[in-house]
Amino acid sequence: MPDVFPPDTVRCDACPVLCYIKRGHAGACDRYANVEGQLVRVDPHILLDRAKSQGTPLVPFLEREGDWDGKIMKGQETFVTAIGAGTTYPDYKPAPFIVSSEVEGVDMVTVVTEGIFSYCGVKLKIDTDRHLGPERNLVRAQGEPVGHVTTAEYGSQMLSLGGVHHLTGGSKSEGRVTCETLLDLCNGKEVELTIDEGASVRVAAGKPPVVNGQREERMRVGCGSATIGMFAKQWLGKVDDVVVVDDHITGVLSEHQAGKLLGVRETGIAIHGRRSTPGRYFQVAEPGTGWGGTNISDPLTILKPFKAKFAWPHLRLLMVSTTGEQFAYYELDDALRPVEKELPETLKESVGRIRENCEPALTTVLFMGGAGGSLRAGVTENPVKLTDSVKRKLTRVTCGGAPAYIWPGGGITFMVDVTRMPENAFGYVPTPALVAPIEFTLKKDDYAVLGGHVDYVRPLGDVLKEKERQRQIVSHAQNPWPLKPRIESSES
Amino acid sequence: MREPALIRMLPDGRRLHLHDGPIDLIIEASGAPQAISAAYEAAARRFVSILDELCSELPLLRSRAGKHAKRPRGAVAQRMFTAVEPYSEDCFITPMAAVAGSVAEAILESMTVAATLERAYVNNGGDIALHLTNSQCYKIGMVERPDCPSLFGSLEITAKDPVRGIATSGWRGRSFSLGIADAVTVLADCASAADAAATVIANAVNLSDHPGITRVPARDISPDSDLGDLLVTRNVELLSKLEIDAALENGLRMAVSLRERGLIHSAAIRLQKCVCVLPPSAATAAFFCRDGFLKPSAPQIHAQLDLAGRTSPHA
Repeated sequence: MPDVFPPDTVRCDACPVLCYIKRGHAGACDRYANVEGQLVRVDPHILLDRAKSQGTPLVPFLEREGDWDGKIMKGQETFVTAIGAGTTYPDYKPAPFIVSSEVEGVDMVTVVTEGIFSYCGVKLKIDTDRHLGPERNLVRAQGEPVGHVTTAEYGSQMLSLGGVHHLTGGSKSEGRVTCETLLDLCNGKEVELTIDEGASVRVAAGKPPVVNGQREERMRVGCGSATIGMFAKQWLGKVDDVVVVDDHITGVLSEHQAGKLLGVRETGIAIHGRRSTPGRYFQVAEPGTGWGGTNISDPLTILKPFKAKFAWPHLRLLMVSTTGEQFAYYELDDALRPVEKELPETLKESVGRIRENCEPALTTVLFMGGAGGSLRAGVTENPVKLTDSVKRKLTRVTCGGAPAYIWPGGGITFMVDVTRMPENAFGYVPTPALVAPIEFTLKKDDYAVLGGHVDYVRPLGDVLKEKERQRQIVSHAQNPWPLKPRIESSES
Repeated sequence: MREPALIRMLPDGRRLHLHDGPIDLIIEASGAPQAISAAYEAAARRFVSILDELCSELPLLRSRAGKHAKRPRGAVAQRMFTAVEPYSEDCFITPMAAVAGSVAEAILESMTVAATLERAYVNNGGDIALHLTNSQCYKIGMVERPDCPSLFGSLEITAKDPVRGIATSGWRGRSFSLGIADAVTVLADCASAADAAATVIANAVNLSDHPGITRVPARDISPDSDLGDLLVTRNVELLSKLEIDAALENGLRMAVSLRERGLIHSAAIRLQKCVCVLPPSAATAAFFCRDGFLKPSAPQIHAQLDLAGRTSPHA
């Protein structure tokens, strides 16, 4: 056994050989390596196995001991993904893998390449009602600008990160940090982002966002007004008025159309903010991380004094946020001032129901990239024909086997949900740019017509023979099988 | 964390793939369907403990073999030791030189014990154990460089031939080599013997003090290599024809002596597009000369074949 090692030697514990691996080298298996002092699985070329159910192709022996008949997993199908395929960028050479396979009697060709994307970024959808920061403000990682706050959508805030300007247009460290942030997000890792004049969020694809240290549990059930509409009936007779506090549209039961229809009596309630239509108020407070995405922690601050003409002592008022996480119950005293009381049993159920109708809050990460010049040239001698073929839906585009949404209009600009791609599918080059897998699948005849590199087409069986550099994984259960000859519109 | 051993059928539904740590086996058996199932199951059962068995004696298996060396206890480890023993007097060799062939052989044995098979092979990264009965045969293709897998030759092994093991070694392969051969393929009685012999012959294909050959202490690349501070080949620049011939001749001398000692049947050495073949002695079989063993440029090769079987396809 060796006695002295360089300081960045790592010991691999993936198997009992327990190799000592020096920086920049791989262990005895060639599958684990020391990358900058870290033990990393050097992912070989990934092949997707189409299996009937998830988890079958790779069977740890001991789990099956006793009943294994030596015949499991016969006849599965394999799709070659671009992960680990490499790229020929920036040369106009045929893509590293052009693979043919026969699917239900039709000859199909899949052109497999890893694209280097300088024009790329991620769209983040963060399910939260909390105000993350003013629209258009910068989003930063490690202090560097990596994107901006874009529109607020239903129950969520969108952030746009990356893009060519942050990657290559700013300072060197802006580009580096942007690339690192995109890479981590795309590979499912958690990233901390801060928004100028706004919140600090920790986000990871498919996980609940953490806003200012607080984990989001639930998406709101609807805006304040919608919540009134959904629950008006359940409140009838149990309470005289309800305010659903929401930074976007605060709803008031007695004024709302839903309340009117049910014959709810006018209560003389008066709300700060701008009335949009009866029972619907905008800007009841400043945006923030308090009740319903406002900055308030005491809901009474959005109320003006009750109008004596309509209100009455002992009037019962429920105030609740759009997720049901915050609520308070009041009764008016003789001077028509609200006094907080314990929430009556009869109302607990409706508050609980708001909460249970809220879906789990998640962060969604969509990778967006443009397949540019040299990448298309790797597929065909006449790049524009590939664009055309994709647009006409003769060619299917997948990323690591996951379906990609293709934007209408010029070029091949696509979006893909990173959680549907295999693990660690993304890489980077120091340019800086992201390396993402991309596969184009089409009928062999169509491939010839669009000027494809037909001379470079290899049968699937040949590619599979090079087992040294390959890893077979199971196709994501929700993904349509990429080779299915049915060429249809790419789905979202 | 420890990854579990993997066991599965390849997509063709015929071949079994077993993988654990650095061991990666492709197995195919021919015979009655029940026999194949029984053989695959036996292979899998034997396989799951093999890496742990070897690792329990790893320090010993990484030490120089010799008369006075401690013998390992494990069944596979003993095969390794036995395979390298004939070389231990003349050169530095550890049982690890025969690990791949020995594992292949042990798995094949578990299969043939469990079922009656017409033929079978266990391919452990190019080191292959064969089982052949009656009139069965295997056609084997040879690859010079794992990174550009084009065949430089093929050969046929029949049940009548004594060959049951094939191994290939070279500096471009996964293990280290002290020599400069791109690939040395050896046919021997069994896979463990072929593995050890291929290592020894590949080490002998060499040129001393050549500035175009980059060598580094094995430990600099892999701190726990059994080769310690021995210099292993990392790069070989283009050599002149004279240099290639000299290196091939060194390898060939070694191969001839091993054949005389009955350790191997035949060998093919490949260095920078030149092939040199040591056919089996007339007493064994004639398969080496059959059916275009040296396919790529057979006419030239035969024209230049001298008694030792050496050739150089330079035009």
